[in-house]
Order: sequence, then structure tokens, then C-alpha cells
Amino acid sequence: MIDLKNLTIEKAHRSLLKGEYTCKELAEEYLKVIKEKNDDLNAYLEIYEDVMTQVEIAEKKFQEGTATILTGIPLAIKDNILFQGHIASASSKILENYVASYDAFVIKELKREGAVILGRTNMDEFAMGSSTQTSAFGVTKNPIDTSRVPGGSSGGSAAALASDMALFTLGTETCGSVREPAAFCRLVGLKPTYGAVSRNGIIAMGNSLDQVSPFGKNVADTEIVFNILSKYDAMDSTSVPESLRKIDSKKDNPKKIGVPWHLFEKGVEDVVMENFKSSIEKLKNSGYEIVDINLPFSKYSLEAYYIIMPAEVSTNLSRFDGVRYGLSVEGENLRDVYMKTRGQGFGKEARRRILLGTYVLSHGYYDAYYNKALLVRAKIKEEILSAFEDVDIIATPTTPMPAFKLGEKLDDPVAMYLCDIFSAPANLSGVPSLAMPSGATPEGLPLSIQFMAPHFCEDHLFDIGKKFEQINQAN
Amino acid sequence: MEIKDVEELALLARVELGEEEKAEILKDMKGILAYVETIEKVKLDDVKTDESLYNAWREDTEMPREFSSKLITNQFPDSQDGYLKVKKIL
Repeated sequence: MIDLKNLTIEKAHRSLLKGEYTCKELAEEYLKVIKEKNDDLNAYLEIYEDVMTQVEIAEKKFQEGTATILTGIPLAIKDNILFQGHIASASSKILENYVASYDAFVIKELKREGAVILGRTNMDEFAMGSSTQTSAFGVTKNPIDTSRVPGGSSGGSAAALASDMALFTLGTETCGSVREPAAFCRLVGLKPTYGAVSRNGIIAMGNSLDQVSPFGKNVADTEIVFNILSKYDAMDSTSVPESLRKIDSKKDNPKKIGVPWHLFEKGVEDVVMENFKSSIEKLKNSGYEIVDINLPFSKYSLEAYYIIMPAEVSTNLSRFDGVRYGLSVEGENLRDVYMKTRGQGFGKEARRRILLGTYVLSHGYYDAYYNKALLVRAKIKEEILSAFEDVDIIATPTTPMPAFKLGEKLDDPVAMYLCDIFSAPANLSGVPSLAMPSGATPEGLPLSIQFMAPHFCEDHLFDIGKKFEQINQAN
Repeated sequence: MEIKDVEELALLARVELGEEEKAEILKDMKGILAYVETIEKVKLDDVKTDESLYNAWREDTEMPREFSSKLITNQFPDSQDGYLKVKKIL
């Protein structure tokens, strides 16, 4: 028996190197847990048939002495990441039987390492949602309290990791889709700098916002995965060349934390606020300087996001037309095929966002909505970058509330959208952000704190994250 | 916004909607638009865009790929002699 609960990537790697167990035994241990728990949680949509073939490749690397830190480490991927020869459905009926014809950049990197991809995980359809309840293949339950949502849209990846059905998992973020489920499932989630990790082979939602984002059980695991995936890729025109990633200034570890208190004056549950204040107090007592910062435009982040994102969604999802791949519904003429395929293939939230995007981009509303939102976004970016001239880190709560009940917020889109209110500034400005556990409510639901750092300063997030892990444990 | 606007958007976006759903979407759209409308009233002074733009597009040249055309044509919902088959347009 391997103690999966307390296993980390580093521990597993050391044990595999020493031969305490084999890659096969490790993978089998996870498959056993999946068999026990997945029917109830619905975290995985599919366990791949070629897991043991992947294990053999990993074992060979150990025999040949070419094993690296991720060799033989079992992981799960979100259902919107292409893995050649395997279904990638974005949890949508319209792609239910779509088989990926190539590997996403991140899959190529994981294959090179010899990591073992166990399966694909459930998500909100096309990553549109904050609770994994809009999937065409059923809801995923939160393993900490199965009457509650795991968060979303990468809820399957969060639930799989939190229930020891993988040692790390990949999700994607457009606005909080990894940080929010990390908060709800007591995990660490990193939204990397926009352009750090290639989007090649990811089913796009909002191209100017999307980033592949890892979940880890702790900061060190998250850092290991990020460092392997963060590379320039010529196949993604928004991937940032290595020469532009070098940060000249601020080489020292972060010491000064800015808190935009005015952003959480209302709409944040008391239990979240109290926990956040106590986390800030702990950081202060550990020697961090805490200052109040003002981000006047950031309070419009979510509004700007809910204009820019649907605009990009309506454009992106036009490729699903029933002609080249995926679902195709018979019709009288071509337009009829389009209408029927898209009407029946897309779920409710996807249809809603496509229409909203079509509206904000339409003649007559384009300037008032889309163009204005782009200007507000530029302002948000400007004020965040200018805040970073004074502070090293910006801290906020990750979410305004802990995990809510299954079925909640489904008929009130705006209430659902508000779950991501503190996520939006990082996605809109492109800066990296790390969400991590900061305690629990009296009933035992996880609470989370979020740190932001300047572009390509993920190292600062890992540094403060590891320190906060110690501070929080000590208290 | 009215039902006929929803119908128009659905036609533009090529998404067939049922009668019941049109009403539902109208209600949701009104709620969402009331929320995002704040954006219109945000006062902005000059927005600095000091980013320098460069062309990130590569030349359109032939390059080898790891996937075969068979993998792509296999996904066609309808095909004939290896060609994608669609409804006639004219």
C-alpha cells in the first residue's frame, strides 16, 4: 500500500528511483482508487486504455537512467486538451465523439517526461461555468463534501486530485477556472502568465485569456509542473519567446504585499473575510510589509470580462458547424444543418454566451460594449502594473464564498459569474496568480488566499506560497 | 431587448432555439446586460497603449506534421471518395 494521501511528486520520484515501488504499482494504486470513487464523484469522464503502455515507457526510462522528475507520475487532464488518438470533447455533445488528431504542446512535454496520463476529467461545457454543472456528461461532486460543487470549470481535475485519483492534474483558465476549484477543493492552483504555457492543442474559449493551468497538492508540486510546461512554442502566436521572459528587476524574494481592501467592501461572505484578514495578519507577523493599494478600474474587471469573453466565444465556437467534425444533424439545406447542429449540440450556457457575444459585437453595440471593455481592460492592466512598481505581491481572497451546494446558482447566471470576481484582474492583465489553502470554515469547507505577481514572476508566487504554507501550518 | 432580437441573434449565430428557450434567454440576457452595462459609464482619461506590436504570423510554408490526412478525413461527418461532403450551397 502506498500512502497516496501524503504523496507528493518529489516523494514519489524518490521512491521510484530507489525502487520502493514501480511505475506500474503506483499507477495501479491510483486506478484502484478511481474504481472505488469515480462512480460517485464523476471526476473522470474516461480512463484511457493505454495507461499500461505509458507505464512501460516510464519504466524503461528508469531502467535506462533517463527518468526525470515527472517520469511515471500519474496525472489527469481536462477534457479540452488534445491527446492524439483519444477523445477530447470539452464536455459537450457537439464533440462527444471527437478524436484528437494531434497532441497539444503540453501533452508533448508530458510524454517527453514519461508522465502517465490516466484519463480526461469532467468540466463545464467548453469551460463555461464556475461549478462543473454545465457539463453534458453530468455534474462532478466535491470530494470534501459530496453535496457541494467542486468549482469550475476545471472541477473534474480538482476533484480527481483532491480524492487521490491522480498525483497532479491539468486544467485551463479563462477566468478563475483553476483557482476557484482549487479554493473549493483545498488545492493549490496556478494561473501562469499569459503566454508562458502554449495554447496549441487546447480547445479555445477566450483566446486572449486562456492558459493551461496546473493543480497541485502543494506549492512545490505546482512549481515542478509549471517549470516543465512553461516554454516558448512557435505553434502558438501568443507564446512569449524566452528572450522576453527574463525579468531584470525584482530578483529578490517578495517582501511587500499590496491589498486592495476597497475591492472587497461588499459581496464577500464574513467567514471568507475573517480568514483573509487573519492570513494577512500572519504574513505581517512573519515580516512581510502590508500596504493598502487602490485599483479603481479593477472593480470593473468582471463586467469587462463578461463582454470580452462572450465576444471571443461567439467567434471561436463558430468552427463547430456540423461540417468538418463532431456532431452533425441532418437538415434540409446547409443553413438548416448549422442551425440544428449548433442548437442541439451546444448546451444552455454555451448557447447563452454565443448569443451574448453576437450581441456585443453587433453593429450599433460594438463601440458601447466591446470597444469600451477593451479600453477598461487596458486601464486595469496599467493600474496593476503600476501597483507592482511599489509592491511585489497583490493579495486577495480567491473566491467570495466557499463551495456551494449542487444545484445552486444554476438559474441565476450573474450570481454564478460573481464566483470569479477576484479572478478576473489576473486574466485580463495577463499576470500570474496562485491560489492556495488558507484554512477552513467552522463546518470544514476549505478557504483560500490568492497572490498575484508581475508578468513572468511565478518564482515570487512559489516563494511566498511556500512561506505561507509554513506560516499557516505553524499557527 | 425583445423576443424578436433574440430570434435575430440566434439566426445570426446559427443556433436553433425552442420557443420556451427564447423567453428564458431573453430574461438571462436582460440580467447579464444590466450587469455589464456599468462599463458604458466608466469614465476614462487617455488610455496609454505603449505596447509595441510586431507580426507574430509565420510564413505560409509547407511543413511536416505528425498527423496524417486520414486522421482528419476520418472525422468528416459525411464524405465521398476521401472528400468532405456538404449540402449544396447554390
